[in-house]
Amino acid sequence: MKVLTCLMLVLALAGCTRERRKPTDVAPSSARPEGSPESALQPGPTGTPPSAEPSAVALPAEGMPHAPYEQSAWAVSEGKRLYQWYNCVGCHANGGGGMGPPLMDDKWIYGSDPIKVHQSIVDGRPNGMPAFGGKIPDSQIWQLVAYVRSMSGLLPKDVRQTRSDHMSVRPSEQAMRPAKPKNEAGTPPSAERPG
Amino acid sequence: MNLLERLQSLTERFAQSALETAGPQAERIAALWWLFFWVCTIIFVLVVAALVFALYRGRARSVEESSGPAVTLDSGREAGIHRKIFGLIVLTAIILFAFLLATEMTGRSLASLTSSGGVTIELTGYRWWWRARYLDPAPERIVVTANEIHIPVGKPVLINLYSRDVIHSLWVPELHGKRDLIPGHPNALWIQADRPGRYDGQCAEFCGQQHAHMRLIVIADPPDRFDAWLDAQRVTAQAPGDDTAKRGMEVFLTGSCALCHAIQGTDANGQVAPDLTHIASRATLAAGTLPNTPGHLAGWIVDPQHVKPGAAMPPNSLSAEDLQALLAYLKGLR
Ligand code: HEC
Ligand code: HEC
Ligand SMILES: [Cu+2]
Repeated sequence: MKVLTCLMLVLALAGCTRERRKPTDVAPSSARPEGSPESALQPGPTGTPPSAEPSAVALPAEGMPHAPYEQSAWAVSEGKRLYQWYNCVGCHANGGGGMGPPLMDDKWIYGSDPIKVHQSIVDGRPNGMPAFGGKIPDSQIWQLVAYVRSMSGLLPKDVRQTRSDHMSVRPSEQAMRPAKPKNEAGTPPSAERPG
Repeated sequence: MNLLERLQSLTERFAQSALETAGPQAERIAALWWLFFWVCTIIFVLVVAALVFALYRGRARSVEESSGPAVTLDSGREAGIHRKIFGLIVLTAIILFAFLLATEMTGRSLASLTSSGGVTIELTGYRWWWRARYLDPAPERIVVTANEIHIPVGKPVLINLYSRDVIHSLWVPELHGKRDLIPGHPNALWIQADRPGRYDGQCAEFCGQQHAHMRLIVIADPPDRFDAWLDAQRVTAQAPGDDTAKRGMEVFLTGSCALCHAIQGTDANGQVAPDLTHIASRATLAAGTLPNTPGHLAGWIVDPQHVKPGAAMPPNSLSAEDLQALLAYLKGLR
């Protein structure tokens, strides 16, 4: 019995390394990635087809690893709050879509890659997605990227959220079954968007 | 200052007491309260006295009768007890009915304390702050502000109550009782202050994490000062005076702030956060959470989540110059 208890306590220690949060996470520089155009809050440039390669526009800032928050449950939960506060819900609802496309499904107009999602948020997209770059700190944009990707189950299960602060209107992010993203990147946004 | 004095000044500063009335509505409610208090006190004293009397008499008799049978019941005495109990029940019912009547009369007299053509304020509860709009038939004369309202002394003021999210409740103890703000169900309340002063209101219906930090500052001004205040609020935001403040305005408009906040007279027109057109004229920040000083303002802007965890304003990472410029700009918004 004693042995069993000790064993379980030791096993519980394994939980301690689950994730580490750097206290500086919240506020790295407010500088935007080099090269992205400062634009007012308005739909992105019309007519530009989304480029297939990770463009020079949205490279992560200096010292910022590629998709820095994909392993951090805390950052994803911050992303979830930011998603409410910056009113992404206003257009995308809680992932089911509205005036903007659904974000909890497996279809991606501009690509599911963290860099692509970052680019969607920073520069906006032609059919009505406003550009947030330069308006909100880049670290928060990466938190949003992590959360947006978690909505369709692209992040590890232990990182995805299990509950909402508000009334639940959808299964939790954690309950989403990961589906292989169907990237439609490369297809120019047609006039039938938003559908 | 010793500890006692400090405590005293604290309680004075933040006192919210329904018994220190400042207006006719609160007076009537306090009168009802005192009626209940004294009647209940008298009854309580009588009941305790009767109990003490019964204990003493019972003890004296049991010593006297210890040789005889423990309990004797003759039907004459029992009938007497029944009559007494019946009488007391009737008396209780009469007192309760009198309370009901007094409550009803207070309610009626509260409902009669209205007027027409006075100030009407539309108050909307958000988690966790208040938006106030002073209505006016001419749209350009409507005043929008937040977390602090002014009212003219001696005049009934109509407050229409709305909520944007969950149920809140407005309670300004010195002026009136509680009234709920219910989503989708407009409510109304008449208040009147008879003395100038600051009367703090409070959200009185639990509405989430920062419910306790949801104060509404109510300032009663003499009518001429009130009119001056309202006129000042009607003016759009002061243009930045110097270069630092100009830079601050730019930071505000191009940064995140304008996504949520409005400053009238500029392009900032966010509607999900307190209107900042005259932020420098307010006494507190974030619904009474902090005094409105430059230090607190800077702390709030950089990390609101530290001050009021859960509030719907994200942390901002601004360079020192940008922050100073922003402060200079906001300081000018009188
Ligand atoms: C004004 C409405 C609006 C708001 C606010 C808005 N979006 Fe969008 N969003 C859109 C529309 C419309 C599109 C589709 C654009 C297109 O097809 O060109 C879109 C596209 C996107 C995409 C790309 C989806 C894909 O399939 O590739 C992402 C990611 C996204 N939005 C995230 C966000 C986030 C995060 C926020 C909040 C910070 C946000 N959006 C706020 C309207 C909005
Ligand atoms: C996502 C929306 C959002 C953004 C962006 C935002 N705020 Fe706020 N702000 C709020 C909300 C919501 C409150 C009210 C919080 C509370 O009291 O619960 C608030 C409160 C305030 C207050 C106190 C107002 C009062 O009447 O007490 C000030 C000052 C303020 N914000 C300044 C700023 C500045 C400066 C910026 C830009 C650097 C900014 N805010 C960015 C949402 C936002
Ligand atoms: Cu509350």
